Amino acid sequence: MKPFDRRSFLRLAAALPLLANARLALAAAAASSRRLLVLVELKGGNDGLNTVIPYADPEYARLRPRLAIDRDQVVKLTPATGLHPALAKLQPVWDAKQLAIVQGVGYPDPNLSHFRSIEIWETASRSDQYLDEGWLARAFAQSPSPAAFAADGVSVGPGGMGPLAGGGARVIALSSPEQFLRNARFAKDEGQSRNPALAHILRVERDVVVSAQRLHAGKAFATAFPQGPFGNAIGTAAQLAANDAGIAVVRLSLNGFDTHANQLGVQANLLRQLGEGLAALREALVEIGRWDSTVVATYAEFGRRPRENQSGGTDHGTSNVHFVLGGKVKGGLYGAPPALGRLDGNGNLPFAVDFRGYYATLLEGWWQLPSAEILAGRYPKLEFL
Amino acid sequence: MKVLAAIAVLGVCAAAHAQEIGYDGARHLLNRAGFGATDAQVREYAPLGRREAVERLLAGARREASVAPPAFVNEPFISYARLRGTSEAERQEALRNRLRQGFELRAWWLREMVLTPSPLTERMTLFWHNHFATSEQKVRSSYLMYRQNVLLRREALGNFGTLLHAVAKDPAMLVYLDNAGSRRQAPNENFAREVMELFTLGEGRYGERDIKEAARAFTGWSIDRDSGEYRYRPFFHDPGEKTVLGRTGRFDGDAVLDILLARPETARFVTAKLWRELVSPTPDAAEVERLAAVFREARYEVKPLLRAMLTSDAFWAPENRAALVKSPVDVVIGTLRTFDIRPVDMRPAAFATAALGQNLFTPPNVKGWPGGEAWITSSTLLARKQWIDRVFRGSDAMVAVAAPAETAMSEPAKGEGARLRRALETGMASYAFDAPRWERSLASPADRARLVLAMAPVNAPPEEAEGVERVRALVLDPVYQLR
Repeated sequence: MKPFDRRSFLRLAAALPLLANARLALAAAAASSRRLLVLVELKGGNDGLNTVIPYADPEYARLRPRLAIDRDQVVKLTPATGLHPALAKLQPVWDAKQLAIVQGVGYPDPNLSHFRSIEIWETASRSDQYLDEGWLARAFAQSPSPAAFAADGVSVGPGGMGPLAGGGARVIALSSPEQFLRNARFAKDEGQSRNPALAHILRVERDVVVSAQRLHAGKAFATAFPQGPFGNAIGTAAQLAANDAGIAVVRLSLNGFDTHANQLGVQANLLRQLGEGLAALREALVEIGRWDSTVVATYAEFGRRPRENQSGGTDHGTSNVHFVLGGKVKGGLYGAPPALGRLDGNGNLPFAVDFRGYYATLLEGWWQLPSAEILAGRYPKLEFL
Repeated sequence: MKVLAAIAVLGVCAAAHAQEIGYDGARHLLNRAGFGATDAQVREYAPLGRREAVERLLAGARREASVAPPAFVNEPFISYARLRGTSEAERQEALRNRLRQGFELRAWWLREMVLTPSPLTERMTLFWHNHFATSEQKVRSSYLMYRQNVLLRREALGNFGTLLHAVAKDPAMLVYLDNAGSRRQAPNENFAREVMELFTLGEGRYGERDIKEAARAFTGWSIDRDSGEYRYRPFFHDPGEKTVLGRTGRFDGDAVLDILLARPETARFVTAKLWRELVSPTPDAAEVERLAAVFREARYEVKPLLRAMLTSDAFWAPENRAALVKSPVDVVIGTLRTFDIRPVDMRPAAFATAALGQNLFTPPNVKGWPGGEAWITSSTLLARKQWIDRVFRGSDAMVAVAAPAETAMSEPAKGEGARLRRALETGMASYAFDAPRWERSLASPADRARLVLAMAPVNAPPEEAEGVERVRALVLDPVYQLR
């Protein structure tokens, strides 16, 4: 592993004239130079109530006559809370106190549209505010990764750039690093244009050229990665983490959580992929000595409604549970358990943790980046980092 | 004085409409309203005026495909019970059938896009597929997806109101947005929400209560799971009083759709979306207002809206040329049409569009493909160039572009996947660009770049480049990604 050398340190310092306290920024960059954040999007709005289960709450079984997970099947973590059985692979992480479960994450005036709500999450906006840039793109615009980094962020697999979108960050999308490097010869650094569509294409080409010069692929892992697209994405994340040239963020996604009908089988299958994938990622990162410098965090547009619908599914809801894992994560339960007795007029849950507080914890706790400006406000941090 | 000024303005407008659109104008129109165009087609439109050219396109509109449908549409419907199967072997067989049919269906539509005498019909069919986005991944029936595609084409340049009513009862849609199982005891809100947010009014122009009430009205619209036909189930239907967008009555689904169609927001929403498909990524508010009024005035007939949009000054404005990012279908079909490539097997094209991020009949979600700049990431841009490079490198280099596509296609069954890959490898051979033949088809070789690119290339082709090398430089230029 190449240490973070003094030269790139100074180059970074020169790139940060806007920060009032350059000394603070330098310290922040030094401390965070090799710290990786892996974001996992659970697309479609995962049903949190059947993911982290309040199995001791009688309201749970009452609201879900068909969908409630049988108490005997629940992987029990505390006398009140347990995991869906398909997430059994996360139990060892919990036992090692490296799994934080953040319950009741949401925001005021929740929007129940997939597209609008994920936009709110990815731009960290208020419910009634439209922002163009992703929250991580804003973070990197303010405080770029060291120039020697291969990229600020890498989005793995199909789909957009999510929280990295919007031009403030140096980002690439790829399916596998090998394929990316093979095809990078098609990209050129060709200048700029006033035509916005062309300017976008030229910028993508430039980012490819820069990243391809620094990325390597082909690290052989002893860890076996699960089959399927999500398992492949996890393998790619491990491959990226094994690079000497730094990457600050890797974003993955697992799609299909919009379970309006026949939820039981569909969600179990997805959670199995999630649990096996995250367990494999942990094993691979331990193998290369990067588990302590990595934090994995999930997010989704919303949770689902506590009361099941007539189709054996659940409809769009509000607050949700999320996982944070890593060698330096302080495991345990955070936030507040679902208040099933206090549903609102639409039958939805109140939230306990503003999602921007969740982000603030990642920005400040992991990278020592002041979050108030990036998130346009101060949000209480959680103690998991 | 005012009158004189008005007459002068009218005169200028009339002149703009009567004036020849010329080679560049014809290229612009045909690429926006279709997928690519040959030199001969561009020359045919070049001497026409704006209105004349647009009228010719509209007059050619079709209601049916010209290519015969895939053979499986005549096979018996694979019922949902059979899909689930009673044995593992039966389930596997059903899955193999689904995969094969899915490929045939995509290949059929893509062939229609290449061969159709009316590319505008297919552009609009694709527009409605993206608007009323429905995915085979959830519907699990290529037959139902085919039926929906037939419906979308029938009304592609027909009537939006008719289309909305028909799509709401379309079996694929009923499955996709869960209305098929929605009952009065606990209405499923999925369709009610998306019909307001994505099909008519647009986000934020209704309340949560409107959704709940509308969901009650749609209960009972269901399907027969054995035949795949629409079926009304009176026992599922909630006949009670509902209040939707301030109106109260014992509404059924059709009544709610009529309420949505009566709102001015609906015409505005659809018009702005069509603008982003045909004109520019940033709709002009005043123009959208004017065009939406035309659309409403015409009782949602699509042709008057298209006529007004395609003859508008904004459509022809220099700043809106090359302003749109090509979709994967634009790249693949546009390339085949512009360079007069007629593949024997369209499955590799289906594979390519999927690998580039647009797997037909499988949009990522009900909002459709995000489109615009989102089409281009480092991953998709490199995959586009790789595909283009392959087509323009000559036939000896033709091997399948399979690797990236594997993850893009839905649920590849193992043995089937390998068999398909072999078929794709051989099929790709007929995608080779025939440079000498194409060069001979050009009336003037000097127009090469003007035909291939929507604006001047970023990188001028090297002086010494000839023939296929010259063309390769053009299609690998960043500008080739624009239309």
